[in-house]
Amino acid sequence: MKSVIFRTVAPVLTSLMVLFSVFVLLRGHNEPGGGFIGGLIAVSALAIYGMAHGVETVRRAIFFHPMAIAGAGLFTATFAGLISIFAGVPFMTGLWIYPAILGVEIPLSTVFLFDAGVYLVVVGAISSIALSLEERGGE
Amino acid sequence: MAASISPSADLSAALVHALPTAAAWLVILPVAWCLAIGALLVMLRRPIGLHPTITIIGLAGLVLIDGLLLREVAENGPLTMVMGRWLPPFGIAFTADLAGALFAFTAALVALVAGVFSLADVNDSGRRYGFYPLLMLLMAGVSGAFLTGDVFNLYVWFEVLLISSFGLLVLGSEPEQIDGTVKYGFLNLVATTLFLIATGYLYAVLGTLNMADIAKKAEGLRNSAPLVTLAGLFMLAFAMKAAAFPVNFWLPASYHTPRVVVSALFGGLLTKVGVYALVRVMVMLFPVEREELSFVLAVAGALTMIVGVLGALAQTDFRRILGYLIVSGIGSMLAGIAVGGPGGIGGAIFYALHSMLVMTGLYFASGIAMRLGASSSIASLAGLYRRHAGFTALTLMLCFAVSGLPPFSGFWPKVMLVKAALDIGAWWLAAALLLAGFLTTIVTGRLFLLAFWREGTHAAGEAVSLSPATLGPLAVLTGLTLLIGLYPEPLLALIQNAAAGLAEPSAYVNSVFPGGGP
Amino acid sequence: MEAWFALLVGIFFSVAVYLMLSKFIIRVLLGVAVLGNAVNLLIFTGGRLTRGVPPVIPEGAGALAAPAANALPQALILTAIVISFSFFAFLLVLSWRAYNELATDNTDEMRVAEPVNEPVPPLGY
Repeated sequence: MKSVIFRTVAPVLTSLMVLFSVFVLLRGHNEPGGGFIGGLIAVSALAIYGMAHGVETVRRAIFFHPMAIAGAGLFTATFAGLISIFAGVPFMTGLWIYPAILGVEIPLSTVFLFDAGVYLVVVGAISSIALSLEERGGE
Repeated sequence: MAASISPSADLSAALVHALPTAAAWLVILPVAWCLAIGALLVMLRRPIGLHPTITIIGLAGLVLIDGLLLREVAENGPLTMVMGRWLPPFGIAFTADLAGALFAFTAALVALVAGVFSLADVNDSGRRYGFYPLLMLLMAGVSGAFLTGDVFNLYVWFEVLLISSFGLLVLGSEPEQIDGTVKYGFLNLVATTLFLIATGYLYAVLGTLNMADIAKKAEGLRNSAPLVTLAGLFMLAFAMKAAAFPVNFWLPASYHTPRVVVSALFGGLLTKVGVYALVRVMVMLFPVEREELSFVLAVAGALTMIVGVLGALAQTDFRRILGYLIVSGIGSMLAGIAVGGPGGIGGAIFYALHSMLVMTGLYFASGIAMRLGASSSIASLAGLYRRHAGFTALTLMLCFAVSGLPPFSGFWPKVMLVKAALDIGAWWLAAALLLAGFLTTIVTGRLFLLAFWREGTHAAGEAVSLSPATLGPLAVLTGLTLLIGLYPEPLLALIQNAAAGLAEPSAYVNSVFPGGGP
Repeated sequence: MEAWFALLVGIFFSVAVYLMLSKFIIRVLLGVAVLGNAVNLLIFTGGRLTRGVPPVIPEGAGALAAPAANALPQALILTAIVISFSFFAFLLVLSWRAYNELATDNTDEMRVAEPVNEPVPPLGY
């Protein structure tokens, strides 16, 4: 798997896939997609990068430990549910705000925050498994 | 953009309009709290020394939340919160009634005590493997299972606690632990899959998964739908989770392998989640079907009691004896569910709460004994009373409690169960209960005589002192057992109300459907 | 169509049970994987089978125009697939570790946690 072609293409492919995974996450609110599937795409991107350049490079590239990413995701998702305590509505009720950023109205919601948490949980948990399996496979 | 995203359809008919009271948040907070603390611990990978402190604060908070919830439910009846404001039965409801709140509170108490015990039991490698985050996630699963009001959601919480229990069980990766986890893992996965099958059929037959809605709808379908089959499937699945004979073999094969504190948590909590689910489904959702199946349940209960205690009698390992004693206790709870009525159901709930405290305490005792005697087999443990007299006294009290001798907490549920069994004329079930109690006394007597009272042959006779983190949890649990045994009235009143609330769930249903429902 | 699916589910279940009755851990693992799929297919079939009919009520109408498959069981399956996938991954790694550590994949020979000949404690003291 260490051919020149693969190693040259892998960074490009990885960045494209991570970008696509974020796209899938964002379109998930109204169309097919979402945090889970987006997270899986991001994990496969990381796995490809790991195959080409070694697991150590990936670990350095994502900076945080994969399980820490998963923990942050779980925390985000729980927090997204708890925001509704301040609005006086039941747990996990979808709340929307429409701030105008640079003149464009951007709809943001707790639903999206929850989905982003799911994305991070999937990225963290599955990449943790995938990376440790890749490490063993290279022995 | 905003116009197309904001809902153009009128959703108001599908939403709950009454805003939740502050008290209703207590239903969801135990789960959200545990998840948040667990997530925080997963994030804090480097400062591993902070984990115990955060966990103990988190568990103390959980005890506080569950205590407030219990008080609120005891005073004002069941509480409901529906996720995402969707009208039940479409939204997932979390409903706490007295039974659920009692179980959740006791579980939180046991977990807090175990958290303190872990200070002396879980070393740095265990911390790095993630003992504390897994403990918090386990508690999220346990609390969720006790407080949810939706059958599929119950399945999800079962899986949450199952996956964290896998993690806790292999912590350390000794060959013994891997062996135990293989058996635990496969058989529990089959049990939850059975639960999923039953849930799928339930939805196909009733068209709803909300427990309050099921309790209402089952009434009209008694003559046309295969409800006995459904209840039987649920019974098999939960009996397997609770380790009832003949589907109990995963428990004694695995519970003695992990760290002591993990054994203690599992012995205290996991099988009781199965018993709780069995009570919830058989008593509240399918009461008529429970009557139909009660003979099967009673026979299974009697066999579980006797087989469990005979297994304990044949073992030499301290913790394996305890594993079989858990199984034997499950039999008494099944007998209570089979007998039914306020005495039977109340007895089963009381026995479950008592067993949570006592079994956790006994596992702690086994851990301390292993540390003092450098062995876990009662063939080589000896003379422990000389090492630490206070520890010996506490263990003796727990041995009395698990055997059902007065003045400890095991006595009252046994009295209730025997009386309830005699009241319906099931003399053989009462006899089995008494026989199991008698045999348990022999088991604990043998254990105590050999490991504690027997004169030690080796020179390790000097007395040692134990740290408060080691002895404190044991003392707290023994104290609670003694307290309940001497002054059972307040708890008994709560349990009787809980059993009445399960048998006549109109308050539960009203809490989910305040306006009378769809 | 449901009848054929029911038959298929039955075949899945029998294959799963047959595999799980084996004493070799890898077959049990495959059996568990098939069992998970059998249950998913069962719930899927229980939610009615239709082709190309979305369960969406047209504007102005009060009910569905044609009978459509129930979407909820499909959502349940989605959850169940994720869960059974993660369990399968865990058990796969566990089985592999067990094979390495215990040097056997035969459950009859896995007696580390439950040794056969333990010393008997004294009968009196």
